[in-house]
Parts: sequence; C-alpha cells; structure tokens
Amino acid sequence: MYSERVMDHFTNPRNVGDMADADGIGTEGNPTCGDAMKIYIKVRDGRIVDAKFKTFGCGAAIAVSSMVTEMVKGKTLDEALAISKETVAAELGGLPPQKMHCSNLGADALKKAIEDYRSKQK
Amino acid sequence: MKKIYLDHVATNPLHPEALDAMMPYLKEEFGNPLSVYEYGSRAKSAIEGAREQVAGLVDAKPAEIIFTANGAEANNFALRGIALAKQNEGKHVLVSRMEHHSILNSARYLEKNGFAVTYLPVDKKGLVDPETVKKAITKETVLISVTHASSEVGTIEPIREIVRIAKEKNIIVHTDAVATTGNIPVDVKDLGVDLLSMAAHQFYGPKGAGALYVKQGIRIVPLIYGGIQESGRRAGTENVPAIVGMGKAAELAKAEMPKRTEYLKPLRDRIIDTMMGVERVYLTGDRENRLPAHASFCVEYIEGEAMLLLLAAKGLFSASGSACSSKALKASPVLLSMGISSSLAQGSIVFSLGTMNTSGDVDYLLTEFPAVIKRLREISPYAQGWGDREEGGEECTVKE
Repeated sequence: MYSERVMDHFTNPRNVGDMADADGIGTEGNPTCGDAMKIYIKVRDGRIVDAKFKTFGCGAAIAVSSMVTEMVKGKTLDEALAISKETVAAELGGLPPQKMHCSNLGADALKKAIEDYRSKQK
Repeated sequence: MKKIYLDHVATNPLHPEALDAMMPYLKEEFGNPLSVYEYGSRAKSAIEGAREQVAGLVDAKPAEIIFTANGAEANNFALRGIALAKQNEGKHVLVSRMEHHSILNSARYLEKNGFAVTYLPVDKKGLVDPETVKKAITKETVLISVTHASSEVGTIEPIREIVRIAKEKNIIVHTDAVATTGNIPVDVKDLGVDLLSMAAHQFYGPKGAGALYVKQGIRIVPLIYGGIQESGRRAGTENVPAIVGMGKAAELAKAEMPKRTEYLKPLRDRIIDTMMGVERVYLTGDRENRLPAHASFCVEYIEGEAMLLLLAAKGLFSASGSACSSKALKASPVLLSMGISSSLAQGSIVFSLGTMNTSGDVDYLLTEFPAVIKRLREISPYAQGWGDREEGGEECTVKE
C-alpha cells in the first residue's frame, strides 16, 4: 500500500530527535485523531540549517516528517514556506489517498515552526 | 525471512482436510442442488451432509441451520429478518456498543426505517452487564443482539444471563458467534439463544460460507428473495464447495477443539504475561474470560499501524484498531466503548494465534515486539507522557 520511498523513510527515518536550542518549533495534529507531529528548525542568515522531528502516528505520518526535515535543509524561509502537502507527497513517490490529508502534517507543522521563529524575531 | 501469521481473527488458513472435501465440488461434482437429475441430487446431499456437520458443532437440529455467504450476511439477516418479522409487536432493538460493523450498521439501517435502537454500554473489560440489558428493555423491545465475543478484545459475553432476562419478557435473542464458533464450545441449547451467526473461515473452513442458526419455530423474513433454496429463507444457488468445506471444518473443529485449546492457551498466556511486563502496555479485555488464542493490547504513546508495519517487516502479521489502520480512519468503536481514550486506542494491537503457530513463533514475537515499541517511542513526541497535547472530545475529521 505504501511506495518504496515511504517505506524507506518510515523504517529509516532521518532527523529524529529533539532540539534543545531550536529557533522555531511547530506542532500539528492531535494524538486522539491518530497523528501528531512536532518539528524543530535551526535558522542561520535566513536559511534553515538543521531540522529535527518527533512524530506520533502511522507509517505515512513518520515518513512525511522524515521527508520534510530533509527537504527544508539549506532552504531560505520563503523557499521552505513553498513546501506543501503535495510536494512532500510527490517526493515520497505518492501517498495513499486516505493518508493524503490526515497523516500529511509535515508542511503544516513546518509553517508553524517558521511562524514561531519569525514571531521571536520581532 | 520467517513469515508468522498472527491474525487469525482476520481469517484462518483452510484446513487441508476441508480442502480435500471441497475438491470434488470444484471439479466433477458441479451440479446445481435444485436439479432433479443425479448431478443435482449429489450436490443436494453434499449440502445436507454439511448442514448436519454444522448443526453438530453447535448442538442444533440440521433444519435450524441456514447457510449464508459469510458472517456479515448472517448478522444482517438476523437483525433485519427478526425486526421485520416482529414489527407489529414492537419496534425497539437492543445491541451492544461493541458489536461488529455488520450488526451496528444493520441497527442504523433499522433506525432509519422507524425502529428505535438502544446501544448497550460495556464495562472497561468489554463486558455487557445483564442488569443494563434488563433496564434497557421496554414494552416495545423485540430483539436483543449481543456478540458472544468481540474479535477485537476477546472477552466472552454473559449470553446465558442475557437470555434468562430476555425470556422473562419473551424477547428474541441473537448472538454474533463468528469469533467463538469452532474455537470455544458453542451450544445453542446451553446458551439458550434464538439465533446465532457463524463464519466458516474463522474455524479453518473456506471463505464464502457462513450460517445463521434460527431456532425451530422462530419466524424470520428473508434478506434475499428468489428461489426455494434453504427452505425459501435464503435464495440463490448455493456455494456448494464452500458449504461442504464449512461442514468438514465444523466436524474437525468439534473433534479437535480440546486439543487445539490445550495447545493454544499456553502460547497466548505467554504473550500476555510477557507483554504485561513492558512499561505502559495494557491488556484489553478480560485476562481469563477470553478467547483461548487471543491477546490484545493498547501500547501507550505510539500508533497501531506503525507497529503493524514494523512487525510485518519482521515477518510478523497482526491487527490493530487504530484510526490509521482502518479504512474508515476512526479509532475502534469497540475500544472507545470500553472507555479507552482515543489517544490510547491508537496504540491498539491484536495477536490471534492458530494451530500452525509454534512456541518458537511466540519467542520470536516476544523478542521483536518490545524492540518495535522501543523504536517507535524514540520517534514519538509523547514518550515522556501525553503532556500538553490538545485534548478534545471533538470528532477527528479529515482536513481538506
């Protein structure tokens, strides 16, 4: 049911962990619904230099989290904001339709992390 | 890699002797049981032989067994068939909250068609209290349907006591015995029920055959209209090979039941006892009063589908009631009805053993499963507790 790339990111997730000195933190989802994600970003000179995540959820939710943290590294904040559910799913070789919305929380959590970072800069 | 099947509540492999019994009816004995010439009469007598075997498994008379395509059909038939037959006497039905979807959705169909339905609560072990049944009965109540055991939590329900209460008021009782028939002793006379559903593939028979026991003298309205098959109560050309396979599987289940139970129970107990020792792993259902090959848990802070997939990658095949592992994307109503929080219900996992499983299979599971839990908890943001998560009783809707 999952693509090979989803299974790869699910079984060997990249960037798992907490970040004590994160510049921005975003959470999305709710465990009562089955999926919840927390993403941490480190920002230097307007670019995301590191990202970590912790996720409660199904195979798709974990794979999405892993992929998003890979995709953001090196991107400017505006480039990172262009990441969407669709681009994450495409990078993963597609997601089953029923997982497209409920488990695909990475882009939304990332947006919240960037908003968190920007709100602290003001 | 090893392939270890631990999902016998989903379905069982076909018993080789049941397959052997079926083979002639997939090949040369292809006749329609209604045909008057010899092809027909041989097919007809094969079905009647199977009816005796199935009746023998549950201590019924052969004429009280109506073959169906599966357990879901038997459940639909029981609810609709009795509600329609009894609607002039009353239009109230009782079902428990932990029924299979084929009961719950049939109950909803009845609600849309002018019947009142009361959904009986269950306690934290998944038991229906006969006293709540007593209190829920009204003058309008015509049917009570409570599962003999839910395949999700394995707790065996007090059907005898429920029947005793129902009979004081002359109310018909149905039980969904799909998870129990062929796996524990099921005796319709001892239970006292009027109707009982079963499915062949839950006791090493083939898919495509189920049955509804209908006690002699109970009137039921058909679900499927057509010819005179099954005494006019279930039309349609019979699935002769599957019915023959069901009959053989029923005969084998009856003969081998004590031996199977004696073999499977210690394996199940080892899974339960070991996993109960893992931090924040909770048994669902009753510890003792449960299906002999059934071990079900909720594992806190992680999600069921992720567990299933990591176990499957190790060749271990199991089931979950989490929202993500269901096509409906909702946590198991059975677990929620037991008062398990929807966060914890996401960590549901069910292991159900069968006669092919060995003690070595259980050793392997008990090595791999704690490792899977540890790994997913390392990824989970809640491994130190649920913390400040947004707790809400709201429905989890799919965000567009």
